[in-house]
Order: sequence, then structure tokens, then C-alpha cells
Amino acid sequence: MNKKRMTLRQKRAITGLIFILPWFIGFVVYYVRSLILTIQFSLSNVKIAETGGYTTTFIGLRNFKFALLEHATFNQILVDSLWEILVDVPFIVFFSLFIAIMLNSKFKGRALVRAIFFLPILLGSGAILEALQLATENIQGGAASTVAELATSSGVNMEYFLNIFIEIGLPLSFVEYITGLVARIYEIVRASSVQIIIFLASLQSVPPSMYEVAKIEGATTYEIFWKVTFPMVSPLILTNVVYTIIDSFINSEVVTTAYEVAFTQYNYGLSSAMSMLSTIIISLILIIVGALITRKTFYYN
Amino acid sequence: MKGNEIRLQIKRLNEDTVLLNKRSRLIHKFKASLFSVIKFIILLGISYIILGPIINIVANSFYSPSDVYNPSVFLFPLNPTMDNYSLTYSRLEYWKTLGWSLLYVIALTAIQIIITSMAGYGFARFDFPFKKLLFACVIITIVLPTHTIMLPLYQHFRNWDIFGIFSASLGHKVNLLSSEAPMFLMTLLGSGLRSGLFIYIFRQFFRGLPKEIEEAAFIDGAGMAYTYLRIMMPNAIPSIVTVTVFSVVWQYNDMFYVNLFSMPSSKHITFRLSTVRSTIEFVDLVKDPMISQLNVYAGVILVVLPILIIYLFLQKYFIEGVERSGIVG
Repeated sequence: MNKKRMTLRQKRAITGLIFILPWFIGFVVYYVRSLILTIQFSLSNVKIAETGGYTTTFIGLRNFKFALLEHATFNQILVDSLWEILVDVPFIVFFSLFIAIMLNSKFKGRALVRAIFFLPILLGSGAILEALQLATENIQGGAASTVAELATSSGVNMEYFLNIFIEIGLPLSFVEYITGLVARIYEIVRASSVQIIIFLASLQSVPPSMYEVAKIEGATTYEIFWKVTFPMVSPLILTNVVYTIIDSFINSEVVTTAYEVAFTQYNYGLSSAMSMLSTIIISLILIIVGALITRKTFYYN
Repeated sequence: MKGNEIRLQIKRLNEDTVLLNKRSRLIHKFKASLFSVIKFIILLGISYIILGPIINIVANSFYSPSDVYNPSVFLFPLNPTMDNYSLTYSRLEYWKTLGWSLLYVIALTAIQIIITSMAGYGFARFDFPFKKLLFACVIITIVLPTHTIMLPLYQHFRNWDIFGIFSASLGHKVNLLSSEAPMFLMTLLGSGLRSGLFIYIFRQFFRGLPKEIEEAAFIDGAGMAYTYLRIMMPNAIPSIVTVTVFSVVWQYNDMFYVNLFSMPSSKHITFRLSTVRSTIEFVDLVKDPMISQLNVYAGVILVVLPILIIYLFLQKYFIEGVERSGIVG
């Protein structure tokens, strides 16, 4: 029966293919097909039939032109979201690295603190987020109003302190950047919990002998950070930057706009054009950032 | 004379080094304690940022309507009440909805683990043509925002068919929307919620395991499937725990797919929570938004509690698991 017995290598190749087969079918059916259809939608005028089917007529780049030039808010939303991502990403990445280093050192109650820091992952769904936001406003509003009351009674003037920073010679944009971040501290902390986990995991995998050597050679903590810790976790910085960009993009207003255009105005063509535009821009950003970071990354293995 | 002088100098030096040692030790100690104080303050502050709103929600959920408008009430209610809980509890049909959601989440997670670990194992241990290209495709599925493909997916499941079988036998295509079927199908074919990431985690973990285990199993006559089920999976517990926690939590919190495929709100508790406020406002005639908000707070606690319990239960394994699960190449 068997004309030719398969070699072990061939057998293993076939087994491997069988292992990835379910994923591969899904990838072709759901991703490749959908992506092609989205491109088709974005280039055409989609009419939805009553039975739920649709017909498309090719209209070229009109949807893209409409989204960018004629839609009332889209280009503003796009620029705002992208700007927000670019502003937040460096801060989130360094913040999570900083926190991960803190959580990595040994102290009493570390398990409790870790549990608290990973809590935001649990609180991610729509209604819960809305309630949380309101509660945050309550708390911050409470604190802010107390500060305001104190300020009038004791004469503390926040503007005055901000002015000091500006007069020291710090550029205005920098001060605004920092105050802007502080104002959104809750969102930033919430957005960095997965990144903290990833950094924590990478810190655990740094061999302790490296720190011992550095200490014996007389390196200070500062030097150890820049010469040992930072290079060792640097491959994960790329991972985290990519994760942060995508995560903040998924939660951005561009996505909600595209969703609304599709399901409340039933304008599939325009919605697809919006999705395609934002995805292309994000991919470009990812490629540029990836190329820049990879050049500086140190690979231990 | 000279010898004496030298001896004196050495003695003085000795005293000096002792002094220096003492001083540097003190400075070191002071620095260390200063650092730990600063660390404590920072961690406390950030913990408060995370916990503050949650504490506020917990406190508010016990408020009675009179507390809401009492300016002297802060955090601790004057007339604590369980009314918010009992009303929200009945409007959510808590146990029924929760049961269905947990069933949905756990079933999907189980499928997710089987399919993604298989793919991960395939990518980690076997050589086949175009392997690098295919793995690049996995990375693309991680990076590609889901909303790019949402419309075709919606249309696909609105008129679902396999090779025209259903339109031939039933005369029309099947509408899979308003049910959980699309999500199960997608997860079964490895395109579920963040499946790409899980494939990546499993692949990195399997790559880190020593090859000798498998070789030993192979020599002892175990087939590939047997090796995967009985040798590799038991060794992959750390990454299984990680994937379980992530998958359960994300699936439970997911609103995107639930909305997109318009699944019934009676079976998805987080979805139901988003409509519970309007239910209470219209059915129970609680027209004051400040007071109906209290019910939402109670609902948030009710919805978060089960997932929190699961998390606390798995927390220790989860963090250990993450550290060893190979998220880090």
C-alpha cells in the first residue's frame, strides 16, 4: 500500500500543520477575507438590502475624500486621538517600568500591593468604566473643591507655583505636558497595568549574578539601572510600546466614530474608509517606532 | 623617635578609617531608609489612585436617597441601606444572568486554551514550509485593530453559510446574529478575543521547554498527539494559568463583540449592567439620576465581585505564571 514511507521530517511537518490548522482556517476565513472586504467597502458605495445583504458599486476614493475633507468631525478626532497616543505612550512606558522596578524589590506587603496594581485589568468594561469615571470625578472633585476652598482661605495660589516653574526656565509646553498628565493620572495608571506585568516578568528573568558582579565592581544603583537593568529589559520596551499604542488606539474616539457611522447611519463605505485610514496611520506609526527602537535595543541572547 | 612617629600616624589613620566606615555606614542606612520612605509614599499614592474610585463606589452603593443630598456625608453613609442592592439584584436577575455569562466565558476560555496552545505548540516545535510567514500573520492578528474587520464579520454572520449547504437545503442563509454562535465559531477557529496574543504566549513558553522531554517521549513510543496532551500540557501550567486569567477577564468585560453580534442582554451580565440604569428609571420610576446612579454602583459591585473572587483565587499563580510563562521571550 505505502509506496514510499514518509521521512520523519515530513511527518513532523504535517503534524505541525495539523496543529496550526484551526488557527489557519480562522485566519483565512475571518481575517484575510474580512480585510479584503473592508478594502472593497471603503472603495465603494454600499447599499444594504432589506434581507440584510448588500450591493456595492465602485466609487474610487470618494469615501476617503469625504472622511478627510467633508465629514464634520472626523479629521479633528483623528488628529486628537493620534496626538494623545503620541503624548501618552512614552510616559506610560516609563511609568510602568518605574513601577515594575519598585514592585520587583522586596518589601513587606508586596503581594497586596501587586494585587492592587493589577486590579485595573479587572475593571475594563463599559458600564463599569463609566461608573468608575464618575466616582473618580466625585473623589477628585471632592479633593479639588477642598483645595479651592483652602486656596481662598489661606491664599495658596496654584497659578503662582506653576509660574515659578515657568520662571525657572522650564519651557511652558513641558509644564503643560506634566500638569496634563497629572490631571489624567487615573487613566494612565489604569492603562499601564498590563505593561507593568510584562516589565515585571522581564525583570524577574534578569540573572541575579549580573547584579552581584555589578555590585562587587562598585557600581552605584544609578549605574546598575542604566548599565544592567535597562539593557536587559529593553527588548520588552518595544513590546510594551506596541501594546500601548494599540491599546490606546482601540479605546480611542476614532473607533467609536467608525462604529457609529456603520451602525447608526448605516454608511458602511464611509465607516470602512475611516477604519482603513486610521489603521494605515497606526501601522505607519508602529513601523517607524519599531524601527527606531529596534536600533537601540540590546539583545542578550 | 622616627619609628614612634610612624606608629602614631598609622594609629591615627586607623582611627580615621573606623570613623569613616562608621560614617559611610550611617549615610548608607539613612539613604536606604529615605528610599524606602519615598517608595512607600509613591506606592501608597498610586494605590490610592486605583482604590479611591472603588472605595467611593462601595461607599456610595450603601447610600440611601437622603444621604445623597446631605452635604455632611462623605464616604460613610448616615442611613446605610441595602435597598440599592436588592433592587439592582432583582433587575439584573443576578444569578440567572451571572450563570449564563460565566458559562459563556468559561466555555470560550476552555476552547481558547485548547486551540491557541495547539497553534502555539505547532509554531514552537515543528518545522513546516512558510512557518515564519505564518507566524508573522499571527503577529498581524495581534496588531490589527478588530474594528477594521467588524463590518465584514457582521455581514458574514448575518448571512452565514458553508459552501452553500444551508441555502441549498433551507432555501435561505442562516442568521447567526443575536446568539453566541459567532463568538464560539471564531474562537474555535483561533480568531477569538485576542487569540493571537495567547498563541504568542504559548509559543514562547513551549520554545523555552527543553527538547529532551519530547525526545524521551518519542523514543518511548508516544505519538505526537499523546506527547502534546500528556507531556507538554501538564508542563505548560504557568502559561495556562496566565492565559486563563487574561481570557476570563477580557471575555467577561468584553462589550465589543457582544454589541457587534447583538447577543441577548439576558445572558451577558456586563452588557445588562449598561442597561440596568434605564430599566430602573423607567420600570421603577426612579427619575432622579443621582439616585439611579446609586443602583449602578451597587450593580458594579455585584458584577465585579465574581471576577474579583476568581482573580484573588488565581492571583498568586497568575503572577508566578506571568513570570515564567514566557511573555518575555
